Amino acid sequence: MIIPHPLLGPRDAQEFVYLGDARLIDRPDGLAEDAADAFHDYAYLRDNPAGEHQELWYHEQGDRSWLVVTRDTVTHRILRAELASDVARAQGRSR
Amino acid sequence: MPDHALLPLTALGARTPRVDSVGGLTITEVPDVALASLACRRGCDAALAATAEALLGVALPPVAGWAGTGPYGVFWTGPGQWMVEAPYATHEDLPDRLKAVVDDAGSVTEQSDAWVRFDVEGEHALALFERLCALDLGRMPAATVQRTAIDHLGCFVQCREAGRRYGAYGPRSAAASLHHALLTAARSVSRDRKVFP
Repeated sequence: MIIPHPLLGPRDAQEFVYLGDARLIDRPDGLAEDAADAFHDYAYLRDNPAGEHQELWYHEQGDRSWLVVTRDTVTHRILRAELASDVARAQGRSR
Repeated sequence: MPDHALLPLTALGARTPRVDSVGGLTITEVPDVALASLACRRGCDAALAATAEALLGVALPPVAGWAGTGPYGVFWTGPGQWMVEAPYATHEDLPDRLKAVVDDAGSVTEQSDAWVRFDVEGEHALALFERLCALDLGRMPAATVQRTAIDHLGCFVQCREAGRRYGAYGPRSAAASLHHALLTAARSVSRDRKVFP
């Protein structure tokens, strides 16, 4: 499998480590009133779609960046890859 | 100064750097390298670029780039991160020199004893690295560096002259393993050239 790295171009999936659902970057506020429920959902609830799925990959044997990869779980086709820091910034986070 | 009766050893544990010639390929251990990593602190991109260039004589290179002049070389290792090289004999204090100029704009870490460098030269250097890593080396122009895995070791592969001269930085603690991998691949390339000249 080839992952189209946004900076380095096509790279072999062997160089990457898979973490899981990209929702992991949306860590809830630990000081909010409903923090316990929010963390339960954050830690345990995952969608398991047959189709488009956003997931976190780490380019360990490369430039050590975290990517948000959009992959079709049925065909394994990779539709796009973005830097996780760019995705977080687009959501209004500072980094 | 204390008068130590200690002798410096290379990463492979010898007094002199190892040189191997196999079928037209030369693999040379290069011990005379001081290394320091340079990371940009948040919001300091412009300050770091200006101060680093003042010392190094070249601008910090873009993605996968290498740049160098005089004693200094610098290559990109990740977003906002670079590795600076200089001759060890004259620049043992490389991290201090870097830190003195970049100040609060960047973080500097000594890397000299963390890495071992092997230079590979020969007309079949491309075939050697094709056996070892997943990089598309045929498309790597001179003065580029990419990090990849060679025999499960995270290594920087540096293209000095496309198709002919490459350098590989690997973890110093696994120097013998990396050397073994390079040598095995060189023998394999050499055997193939005899069968399919």
